[in-house]
Order: sequence, then structure tokens, then C-alpha cells
Amino acid sequence: MNKMNPTPSQDEAPDSAARKAWMSVLAKSNPKDLNAAITAYGALPAFDWLRRPEIGGVMVRGRMGGTGTAFNLGEMTATRCSLRLETGEVGHAYVQGRDTRHAEQAAIVDAMMQGPNAAAVQAAVLTPLSERLAAQRVKRAEKAAATKVDFFTMVRGED
Amino acid sequence: MDMQSLSGGFTNPPQDSSRAFRAALETLARPGTIHDISGAKAPAPVSEAAATLILTLCDPETPIYLAGAHDTPDIRDWVAFHIGAPLVGPEQAMFALGTWEALFPITVFPIGTPEYPDRSTTLIVEMDALNQDGMRLSGPGIKDSAMLALPDLAPFQMNAGLFPLGLDFYFTAGTRLAGLPRTTNVSDLMEAN
Repeated sequence: MNKMNPTPSQDEAPDSAARKAWMSVLAKSNPKDLNAAITAYGALPAFDWLRRPEIGGVMVRGRMGGTGTAFNLGEMTATRCSLRLETGEVGHAYVQGRDTRHAEQAAIVDAMMQGPNAAAVQAAVLTPLSERLAAQRVKRAEKAAATKVDFFTMVRGED
Repeated sequence: MDMQSLSGGFTNPPQDSSRAFRAALETLARPGTIHDISGAKAPAPVSEAAATLILTLCDPETPIYLAGAHDTPDIRDWVAFHIGAPLVGPEQAMFALGTWEALFPITVFPIGTPEYPDRSTTLIVEMDALNQDGMRLSGPGIKDSAMLALPDLAPFQMNAGLFPLGLDFYFTAGTRLAGLPRTTNVSDLMEAN
């Protein structure tokens, strides 16, 4: 499988920062949670594949402290797909792992978020997912904080 | 990016690309034969055979040169979405796509080096029609001789003289595909008689 390139930028996207945010939530969410949220939302629109789900590797790059020169952190397995709803919206998804169903559902939600039912999708799918992600983050931070050790130095009495 | 640039990929990538790859091998192995390949559709003026060929042969590590009328924003977007190949000038291209007039003069394309003769360009020449008449072909893969209508004569003779360096050619028209590797000697039918 060839290396994946990022999908070309979407000029027509309503607001690319908002789209980045929801695509990020979809990609990071647990596939089971996403599936549950979508089932709760109800019937999904029909769609055509532009690119069927394909599994490949992406090189994750980082910068030391966010400012240094870029280095390659390592390769990560990712699944991507693109589809078009029958109403014309195009959805893309890049998700971690090799779950093609996850990529498909993420792309459907991405496409629906650009359509007329965006508010309903936001309430039924994205808000619960992002709350869940936030809760997981807090839980993890608390777990880490509980193991924190405060180092201190006794007054050494030199003064 | 409009719809045309996002659609037109293979419906069933493993099978479609395997069939197209087999046809691409056969056309270069037996110069003068014509094969049908289809499955991919790129924005006009790219023919179905040429779209299928670049979708099969190219990936993010094979720079493509789009020549003349084939260098449109729609086609650039199509290549970016479906292939991800970098678009470059003729000097760095591993594949070049265009009509013969747009690709000419072909001397600007890399012909490889003696150490790495494979580092040369493969030209995909869009034709109005492909016919098995006109020029006489002979060489490896051809029993006695074969016939193929080529857009020119002297550049192909010069290219064959560069062997083991040189360019390889694909000719496309509609869904039809023909090939001319650097090993094939080309002569005018009139001269041969």
C-alpha cells in the first residue's frame, strides 16, 4: 500500500477550523462510541464511494518543544476513505487503526456536517463524542496527577 | 475542487489495476499489439486508457509532467486526489502525459544513466486513433515485423539508437493502448521495401 498524502485542501468548506475540529473528534473517538452515537442518530443517507476504505501507513512527524526542526516520530497505521452523499456533500475521513467501518462512519458524519442537518448531527453525534473524549482526558490527567511527586529542598541553613 | 476531480477512480482497485498492469506489460513486451484498458476516468482531454494507465503505474514517488492541454487545474486536482504524484517539469519527470505536439521535443526528457538506465521518462502519448499500419517495427518481442501508426519517425529511430538508454512510449486513444519500448527499431515501410 502506498504512502498516503493528505487530501488536498477544500476551498469550499464552510469553515476549515470547525471542520478540522469535528474531523479530529471523529478520528480520535473509539469506533464503538461512534457507532453507538450514529445508531442513536437514526437513518443515514445513501452514498457513493469516491475512494473505498484503504489501509496504509502515515509518517507521524514532530517538533521538539513545538518549535525545533521536524523529526520523524514513527509510522502509524491509518485508514482513509472518501464518499459523496446522494445530496452532493463530499466527506473525507482519516482514522487511526485498520477499522474500515470507523473510517466509513467518520466520512458520513463529515459529509452530513456540511449539509442542512448539521445542527442535528452536531447534537446527536459530535457533542456526546467530544464530551466523552474530554472526560477521558480529564480522567487520564487525574490518574497521572495522583502519581505526581513534589520535590522540595529543606532549608540548608547556610544563611 | 469540483466533483469531476474526485470521481473517476477504479471501482474495484485490486482487480482493475491488475488487469491494466497486465495490459501495460503486454503492450511493451509485444510492440505493435493493441490492448484495451479501461476503468478510470479523468477530466477531458485525458483518454480513458491514459487515465487508467497513470492510475495503475503512478504513485506519490513517481513525478508526472502534464504537457500542453493536459495541464489543467481539473487534471491537477484529479492527480492529487487519486494518485498523489508530484507534478514537475519535463527534466524531472518519470512519466509524461500529453499529445505528441505538446511533448515534442522529446530530447528534454531524462534518458537514464549508464549505471541506472531505468531512470528515464516513460511518455504517454495521446493519439486521435491507433492503427496497425504506417511504420514497420522490429526487435525483441516481435516475430518478423509488426506495424504501428506512429506520429513521427526520426525521433523514434534516434531513441532506439540510444539503447540501453532512452525513453519508452505508450500510445493511447480512447480505451486502446499500444507501446513502443526503446529496444524496438522503427523504419518507414517505403524504405524497408
